[in-house]
Amino acid sequence: MVPLHSYLILSAIMFIVGALGVVTRRNAIIVFLSLELMLNSVNLTLVAFSAFFGDATGQALVFFVMTVAAAEAAVGLAIVIALFRRKQTVNLDEINIMKW
Amino acid sequence: MEEILFYIFAAGGIVSALLVVTRRNPIISAIYLIVNFFCLAGIYLTLHAQFIAVIQILVYAGAIMVLFVFVIMLLNLGDERRLRDGFTWKKVIAGGSGFGVLMELIYIFMMQTGSPSIEMERATSIGTVEAVGHMLFTRFLFPFEVTSLLLTAAIVGAIVLAKKKLD
Repeated sequence: MVPLHSYLILSAIMFIVGALGVVTRRNAIIVFLSLELMLNSVNLTLVAFSAFFGDATGQALVFFVMTVAAAEAAVGLAIVIALFRRKQTVNLDEINIMKW
Repeated sequence: MEEILFYIFAAGGIVSALLVVTRRNPIISAIYLIVNFFCLAGIYLTLHAQFIAVIQILVYAGAIMVLFVFVIMLLNLGDERRLRDGFTWKKVIAGGSGFGVLMELIYIFMMQTGSPSIEMERATSIGTVEAVGHMLFTRFLFPFEVTSLLLTAAIVGAIVLAKKKLD
């Protein structure tokens, strides 16, 4: 029997790894991939609580998180394509037109 | 049996997550992310969440990651040497604070004594398509319908953003 905190610790490790990817990488695509990693670790937390407390609400919420992730990936990748067309790069350090 | 599977999938998930954020080539990162999604689907199965495990593979590994791989290949991003960033203080600070937060979280989780245990029959019955579908079409009917609006907005937004010139 795997205890609940094993699932929570696994989820925390994956979330931190994803967050480190978001703040340290400069390639826009890899930042997006790290964001997906963070969303998935939150899904794992929801499913773990849902299974341990016998409540299907958590799994319904995971369904909505996945929908939002799909919409976010579609719009985000469209933004990356539009940026690449203008600047010929996906390096986030070179994309600074909004910088004050 | 369940424990062995959990530890195999957990180790696979952590290693592939680390590889996603450290590889230089985005296509290799994307493929390790797919490996990570398969490990997560296995973990969902050890939690008796069959519907979520299937959706994880169909929607995430199937649909979303195909979109990612498609865009990476469209932009033709190889190993970009210019993006190579070696040892910087930014990374050290990020790693240190990330490690600190992780230790805090683990401390909080371990402080809780006595984990609730899964009741097998109950957990297996709430993870089915029937149970999740019943929840979605009764209690969460309005959010479910709003989801369709969100997806329509995302489709239109993606087309408008990625189009070369709007007529």
